[in-house]
Amino acid sequence: MSDSPNKSFTGKAAGFGQLLSRGWAVLLAATFLAVALPAAAYDEGGAKAGHAKHIDAKGDKCVRDEAYMRRNHMDLLKHQRDDTMRKGIRTTQYSLKNCIGCHANEKTNSVIGSTDGKDNFCQGCHNKMAVKLDCFECHSSKPKAASGDAMHPIVAPAAQPGDKDKQSGLSGKMRWQMQAKLDSVNKGEVVK
Amino acid sequence: MSKVDNSRRNFIGAGAVATAGLVIAPGVTLFDMANAKPAGEAASSAKRWGMLIDSSKCTPGCNDCVTACGKENGVASTGHPQTDPQWIRKIELKELKSGRSHSLPMMCQHCAEPPCVDVCPTGASFKRADGIVLVDRHICIGCRYCMMACPYKARSFVHEEHHDQNPDVPRGKGCVEACTLCVHRVDNDQQPACVEACAAGNKDAMLFGDLNDPNSEISKRIATYATTQVRADLALNTGVRYQGI
Repeated sequence: MSDSPNKSFTGKAAGFGQLLSRGWAVLLAATFLAVALPAAAYDEGGAKAGHAKHIDAKGDKCVRDEAYMRRNHMDLLKHQRDDTMRKGIRTTQYSLKNCIGCHANEKTNSVIGSTDGKDNFCQGCHNKMAVKLDCFECHSSKPKAASGDAMHPIVAPAAQPGDKDKQSGLSGKMRWQMQAKLDSVNKGEVVK
Repeated sequence: MSKVDNSRRNFIGAGAVATAGLVIAPGVTLFDMANAKPAGEAASSAKRWGMLIDSSKCTPGCNDCVTACGKENGVASTGHPQTDPQWIRKIELKELKSGRSHSLPMMCQHCAEPPCVDVCPTGASFKRADGIVLVDRHICIGCRYCMMACPYKARSFVHEEHHDQNPDVPRGKGCVEACTLCVHRVDNDQQPACVEACAAGNKDAMLFGDLNDPNSEISKRIATYATTQVRADLALNTGVRYQGI
């Protein structure tokens, strides 16, 4: 972690305050604090005590480094939101769906709420920082179900035991064409 | 020279036609071919998405499109039928004199000159470059002017909290919403859920496509058959057109 300015600030603040009010013995204690506090303030994962530790992430690393994301994720999301909503640009790098897909808790499959007494990814940090989290009043806090077909049971043909590739290589339109053709063949219509 | 066996050639010819899409009239096929937009590319005004609904093929009592829309977009009953959002509804029409009845689905008509966009005080109601009329919920303040302005009663206000939305279709209390033409699917080169369901039910009453492309299936059909815009007198130039009403 590259948070050395904060470390030294913590130490000095404690040092000055105590120095003015007490004598050398306290200064010694303050010096001890200056050395001991930073060590205590950072846990084994490198997260500062003021920050919620982030626990949930399926991928190796985030789309930007952690310090940047802590401060700027909202700007990235807002920019992407307007691009997607207004222009239909659906790149995934900075999309909320992408964030959720990676950061959802493995047990509860959500970025809000809590798992085993610990707040999940988004909620954990926002609670700690006392920042209201609006996104999930409309957006789903869970990644899309792994089987996309579950969303369209009407058009998805029933899976056969021998099915190999579950239509994965086909675009929706091609699948639709094939289904429609299949249906008309089933009805006994002549397919020209 | 030996005699040519035509059966093989006929078979190949039939195969080619089947591959190109089902033909229902000269020059009119049942499907548009895929024309995907890359994810990073903005929607362009070169396209104008529209829909053609053939009410003569629309079966009275069939609700497949409404069900599929609800399933895709998470529009479900909250137990308050008077205020439940409604993205698409079936309408049964009857001519009193002749007794002829038919039905059709009615939803946002995706006007080229949308009144809902005109009246929106915040800019939340907007038309995308490719003609899809949407509500930006991040900006919508829920004033419901657009609901008043829409001649098709296409928009609904969300009165209840929602949970477990389709991640592609965020919805929540306090905003106005309407048919998005399944914009998340269209951007992914898929048909709207209602169109897909109609075809899957062998009705084929709904056709989706690019009105700006003269070679698209929908343009050809509009050029071939008489089609109607509902309330054409308002000159809104709707993207959803009807046949047989």
